[in-house]
Amino acid sequence: MSASVARPHGLLAEFETPADVMNAAIRCRDAGFTKWDVYTPFPIHGMDEAMGVKKSPVGWFTFVGGVTGFFTGMTMIWFMNKFDYPLVVGGKPLFTPLYAFPVSYELTILLGAFATLFGMLFLNRLPRLYNPLLKVERFKRASNDRFFVCIEAADPKYAPEATREFLADQCHAMAVETVEE
Amino acid sequence: MATAATAAAGKKGSHDPLNAPPVLKIYDPPKELEREQLVLNNRSLGWITDTIAGICEKPMPVWWWPAFIFSAGGMSMMFALVAYLISTGVGVWGLNQPADWAWDITNFVFWIGIGHAGTLISAVLFLLRQKWRTSINRAAEAMTLFAVACAGIFPVVHTGRVWFALYPGFLIPAPNANAIWPQFRSPLLWDVFAVSTYGTVSLLFWYVGLIPDLATLRDRAKTLLRKFGYGLFALGWTNSNRHWSNYEKAYLIFAGLSTPLVLSVHSIVSFDFAVSVVPGWHTTIFPPYFVAGAIFSGFGMVLTLLIPLRSLFNLHDIITTRHIELMCKVILATGSIVGYAYGMEFFIAWYGGSPYELYAFKNRAFGPYWWAYWSMISCNVISPHLFWSRTLRTWPLFVWFVSIVVNIGMWFERFVIIVTSLHRDYLPSSWGYFTPSWVDVFTFVGSFGLFMTLFLLFIRFLPAIAISEVKGVTPQADPHHPLGGAKEHH
Repeated sequence: MSASVARPHGLLAEFETPADVMNAAIRCRDAGFTKWDVYTPFPIHGMDEAMGVKKSPVGWFTFVGGVTGFFTGMTMIWFMNKFDYPLVVGGKPLFTPLYAFPVSYELTILLGAFATLFGMLFLNRLPRLYNPLLKVERFKRASNDRFFVCIEAADPKYAPEATREFLADQCHAMAVETVEE
Repeated sequence: MATAATAAAGKKGSHDPLNAPPVLKIYDPPKELEREQLVLNNRSLGWITDTIAGICEKPMPVWWWPAFIFSAGGMSMMFALVAYLISTGVGVWGLNQPADWAWDITNFVFWIGIGHAGTLISAVLFLLRQKWRTSINRAAEAMTLFAVACAGIFPVVHTGRVWFALYPGFLIPAPNANAIWPQFRSPLLWDVFAVSTYGTVSLLFWYVGLIPDLATLRDRAKTLLRKFGYGLFALGWTNSNRHWSNYEKAYLIFAGLSTPLVLSVHSIVSFDFAVSVVPGWHTTIFPPYFVAGAIFSGFGMVLTLLIPLRSLFNLHDIITTRHIELMCKVILATGSIVGYAYGMEFFIAWYGGSPYELYAFKNRAFGPYWWAYWSMISCNVISPHLFWSRTLRTWPLFVWFVSIVVNIGMWFERFVIIVTSLHRDYLPSSWGYFTPSWVDVFTFVGSFGLFMTLFLLFIRFLPAIAISEVKGVTPQADPHHPLGGAKEHH
């Protein structure tokens, strides 16, 4: 089978504390790696700056979803109560944004929330059925109490030996192992 | 850690003693002002995972099965009574003219109100950076969903021919047999959108919060079924920081969306009453008063559930006495708002000069439903004020008892608002007195069975406390704290 010629996915380095992994992240960022990531059981304050990750654009999805929701509500109510079957109730106007507001407001939130969830998943390329990292036994602790850095083989600066040394010696990793694709 | 920081003097005029900025010393806070830690005894990150994930990995303790069977029995009873209602007609309930809304809508408003604490804890306390929320938000959000599920049953079944709810549809915007659309001037339709949005967004928010913890359970899973089940819903989450970055933003936005949502839901529920012309309902104080009451009752229910949960699963280091105390303070604050609203309603009834309004309130307190009114007052106005005492706030058994009293009181509040306002119509010839039938009573009792069944299944299969969020508020998680591995000098 594929036993001997598995391509490397990257190098996985393990760290014991948030401070250690943060220092390592700063070093990786400064060393100019681009295809790499930090894995922590909870979001660490300041890690985005340490890694040089840009501000998340999730908010734009929410904005588009929310605006869509609001106008869906207004248009729907206008269509139903004024355009398609006008019916006077209680002598009130056939359409005004005032009485259409509560429903449009709720739809703003509803579609905004869906857009936020799906926007977040889209930006993270989730759901993902296969991830080589999840085969690694030690990586199971990334969701428990350990901290990891993975530099991918696809990174232009990746060099199997030099990168391993960089992670072990300069980033002070507890352990470094090669992850197979 | 540095005990004092010196503000650097500006470049110009630093040698001039008159213009030099003062030397600023920042001292550590005095011992008595230091906050108690959110997770006690410096528990390690691994301990947090093992403790919380352990609950849904190990077999359930002995008490779980009788509790589950009892709750599931209650739930079955409720569904049987709903089937009886639908097959026979709403005549099996005690309501009749003039009290066309009675037990059913009371239960609806009661359950919807219960849900509000979950969203308040998950969204409002998140925006206010109240880190103590992390220990209780997951269970409170679950409680919200289950309460909304219980609430949703009543308005649907009270319509009699429920099959019309979906088709041709008074619950979805679809035209009826005469091609007439639902009319959106009615708060009842606003309510449909508010409650269904609330249920949906709460579910999404809850699920977003669950993703990292499902990944934890997936990574710890021993059997193939658990690996598959948790793995499927974890969506391939790897705890990557690039993912966390988007995730945290999405979580913040969810909190930002849920805050106006939770305030709007009970406001819109109150519009069902306030927009009408019934004396006792037609008041502008209703939206804030309903929202405060909802949070009050919701925190009551959170305490009712979490105090036993923390004892039965030995979670005293995660849900600490401080958590209970803080929740008691929320109950005290919202309970005071509710008490104020009761007083203000009476004042306006007198000051407003409408004889019908004044009569409605006199009748509320001294009419045939005086017993419901004074039950409400003693439960809602008196009992929260016991929490001015620190000793009582930190006594879990006592707090648990009061939390139940609060919920009884809040059920009575809805009963008082709905039934006492309706049972005296403008014309004395259409006055009446509502008495619940046995079907009314046991359907409501059974809804607790549904609620508890769902909650017991939740603690059986999902982490009842947000694992990754609790870790995030410990000093071990802070890269600038010695416990997080920070060294004195880098």
